[in-house]
Amino acid sequence: MRYLPLTEADRQSMLEAVRATSVEDLFRDVPKSARLAGPIGGLPNHMGELEVERLLGSLAAKNVPAGSVPSFLGAGAYRHHVPATVDHLVQRGEFLTAYTPYQPEVSQGTLQVLFEFQTQVALLTGMDVANASMYDGATSCAEAVMMANRVTRRKKAILSGGLHPHYRDVTTTDARFIGFEAVALPAAPTGGEDLLALVDDKTSCVVVQNPDVFGHVRDYTDLAAACQAKGALLIVVVTEALSLGLLTPPGDMGADIVAAEGQSFGNALNFGGPYVGLFAVKDKYVRQMPGRLCGETVDADGRRGFVLTLSTREQHIRREKATSNICTNSGLCALAFSIHVSLLGEAGITQLAQLNHAKAVQMADKLAAVPGVQVLNDGFFNEFTVKLPKPAAAVVEELARRRILGGVPVSRLYPGEMEDLLLVAVTETNTDADMDAFAAALTEVLA
Amino acid sequence: MSMNNQGRPSAIPAGSAGFDGVTGTVTGNRGLQIEEPLIFEQDSAGRTGVDLPDVPKVATRLGAVKPRAKVGLPGLAEPQVVRHYTRLSQKNYAIDSGFYPLGSCTMKHNPRLNEKMARLPGFSDVHPMQPVSTVQGALELMDQLAYWLKTLTGMAAVTLAPAAGAHGEMCGIMAIRAAHEAKGDSGRTKILVPESAHGTNPATAAACGYSVDAIPATADGRVDLEALKAKLGPDVAGLMLTNPNTCGLFERDIVAIAEAVHAAGAYFYCDGANFNAIVGRVRPADLGIDVMHINLHKTFSTPHGGGGPGSGPVVFAESLAPYIPVPYVTHGRGGFALVENAGEGPAFGRMKAFHGQMGMFVRALSYMLSHGADGLWQASGDAVLNANYVMARLEDVMTASFEGPCMHECLFDDRFLKGTGVTTLDMAKALIDEGFHPMTMYFPLVVHGALLIEPTETESKASLDQFVDALRALAERAKSGDVAYFQAAPRLTPRRRLDETAAARKPVLRWTPPVPAEALAAD
Repeated sequence: MRYLPLTEADRQSMLEAVRATSVEDLFRDVPKSARLAGPIGGLPNHMGELEVERLLGSLAAKNVPAGSVPSFLGAGAYRHHVPATVDHLVQRGEFLTAYTPYQPEVSQGTLQVLFEFQTQVALLTGMDVANASMYDGATSCAEAVMMANRVTRRKKAILSGGLHPHYRDVTTTDARFIGFEAVALPAAPTGGEDLLALVDDKTSCVVVQNPDVFGHVRDYTDLAAACQAKGALLIVVVTEALSLGLLTPPGDMGADIVAAEGQSFGNALNFGGPYVGLFAVKDKYVRQMPGRLCGETVDADGRRGFVLTLSTREQHIRREKATSNICTNSGLCALAFSIHVSLLGEAGITQLAQLNHAKAVQMADKLAAVPGVQVLNDGFFNEFTVKLPKPAAAVVEELARRRILGGVPVSRLYPGEMEDLLLVAVTETNTDADMDAFAAALTEVLA
Repeated sequence: MSMNNQGRPSAIPAGSAGFDGVTGTVTGNRGLQIEEPLIFEQDSAGRTGVDLPDVPKVATRLGAVKPRAKVGLPGLAEPQVVRHYTRLSQKNYAIDSGFYPLGSCTMKHNPRLNEKMARLPGFSDVHPMQPVSTVQGALELMDQLAYWLKTLTGMAAVTLAPAAGAHGEMCGIMAIRAAHEAKGDSGRTKILVPESAHGTNPATAAACGYSVDAIPATADGRVDLEALKAKLGPDVAGLMLTNPNTCGLFERDIVAIAEAVHAAGAYFYCDGANFNAIVGRVRPADLGIDVMHINLHKTFSTPHGGGGPGSGPVVFAESLAPYIPVPYVTHGRGGFALVENAGEGPAFGRMKAFHGQMGMFVRALSYMLSHGADGLWQASGDAVLNANYVMARLEDVMTASFEGPCMHECLFDDRFLKGTGVTTLDMAKALIDEGFHPMTMYFPLVVHGALLIEPTETESKASLDQFVDALRALAERAKSGDVAYFQAAPRLTPRRRLDETAAARKPVLRWTPPVPAEALAAD
């Protein structure tokens, strides 16, 4: 077995050193009834690289990669071009195969990356500080609500109907088991919610998403001030982090906490994971934050260095009194995010965001010209909702047969509801030919 | 000395005539160890590391939202970015470069085949919301992984949704609560957790609204069965136990523990962090366990990545099988299907967006296929043999906390350092200078100054011998009274001991732009 360096001779000499007769003898504390006599049944024996590649390659071949066809899916996961440099650097063994940087003297690489990542996230969101990442955007959202509960000592969250249903469900699942109230408003495909009317003296926070799950972009400045006047926090969720390159950031609108999905930078679609949750707050809430934080300090020689800090919030120190049970962050995905953002820089991120928006505007106009199709959004970033004269799920299946991945039917996210609505996302990866092919195919399918 | 805007030195204390006082070089560099400024300190306005197409000229459609004026990111060209991250990487210790015996972390070799497989466009370039007809291979892979996990654990059901081990714990405790609630049993407010447990266990139980009651250990490092029985009652929802436990020992009474827990109407949660010791040899279902999470990033070699991403599937016995979150894969008439909305079945809710850590599933299955039943049998055997070998070779100079055999890790405490003035921390830092990553320190909490060593099966005997020889020599040196040597360690690393107290007292958690000189003068 290619991963196991011990030879049979090694094993024999080591068994002598430990005064055991066999390896099985070392398992003598396991109840005999539970010890298997030999390799477990029902599974194949070991395989060489070639065989594994063949087997997994055959499974991969049964999928349609989004990049092999014109693809317009979003709804919280976006297909962006990732520069070759990103994947090369994240595969350096010193990043890939290191543990959490608990020994800072031999982890300055990871630690400096995290410090820079925190700064990038703070800049993008317009917030004071960010943590070293969460599992994904949805868990980040739920953690933001629980943090708001701690800060305000209240226990009721108001979730906008524009919040991604997976984010809503993760939050309401936590609410049920952890014991707080999460009032989820009905889906709001055209907006028009009066969130403030629901805020009372028990409300810890209002959660909105920008752009929302239907693609609408809004200015939440007034809502932020109004929430804060009532003692509640405003949490802004962002599922398309690239939008932060173009839109007024949540921090400038007065958000107290930003919970975002960072997949758009540096991370492939990966069928939904692993991704990277972003979490940023106002300075005054730092000590109530969940997750890892990296901070600057000096070493014994007075040189600048970095360490994990404020760990008295965390489970390995505080145990049952921790702010969260979270243990890992999303280190490697955060690294990929950070490298991509570094490559883009100020000029690149602005241009990439503008490019996405301009292409989406073009696509919206092309689809609006298809008979029977109506675009619901006035303002959007790179994703919008169209109303179709037929059920969107069936249309999407029909488009897939024509080798076009034509968006996400809203009913996939809201079973049995809004069956005529389709979410369409456009990124820099979509060519003019892709967009024309989509419009033409949709015209045919709806004819 | 020049100070940065955070009041910390921005340069190294100067030595004589332009030479650095620490390294003795002009630059502060030391051969292959090259000082690297923050990426924000390498900015040139307008520079970028990407070439993008021109933006089509269309009127923006941003509704009431204004475009932002500026983000504040630095501009670097691609070669600068490559060099920045390459230099940073060289300041990290990693399993690729050396022995990494962190107890309870299972730092084993991360095969590159797994990376290659995860990057096949058929897995990496698939959108989670594509029509299921276009992702049949992805669903089949999830189904295959589920089959392997169920077979290896003997359990009835599995969820792949949780994003990490602690997230899996949360999922398992939610399932226990959902099961009690379904029976109308609301009087169970307590979760029992042994003193030796990982910090995540009590944190998880508390997060789910349970009070935590600690179970003491016996003198031989295991759960005190009688003390456990005394605490079991109609107010106990479940027991969370790590097995093998964090002292590296197998809980000999596990079957009796399970019976007692079940007799009290509670569920038995096993923390599967240490599954690597028994994978392919012992099925947790045969021990009476009801629910267990598995860290794919430990037992099944998906890379730790400097702190994630993890993946924490949870297996369930028949008794808890109905209480799982969405999504899960089903076998439909037309192929594989996905149940992805709570409310479509008995599922208790949702743990994260989309379908779990797919990229980790591919890597873990690649690892499992590579090993097969015979390879996993050998791997857990070698992991246990390696740990026992390290323990046997160190026993006479260090103090083992409990009698062996140990499982995949061996535990020492600091009695051997008594009177020397050298601490567990000092010992760890001295090991760093010898080219090893330290073992887990000060955990578990049940012994004083713990040193927990987990070698894993992917270390050669030569590698173990080298580590043992270094540790023996250091133990002797400590006993010889050379405290100063230890207290000054590490000496040879890119940074020496860091001031963690200062970092926490006045946290500096981000770079901020330097304040212009004229603004400072105006103050």
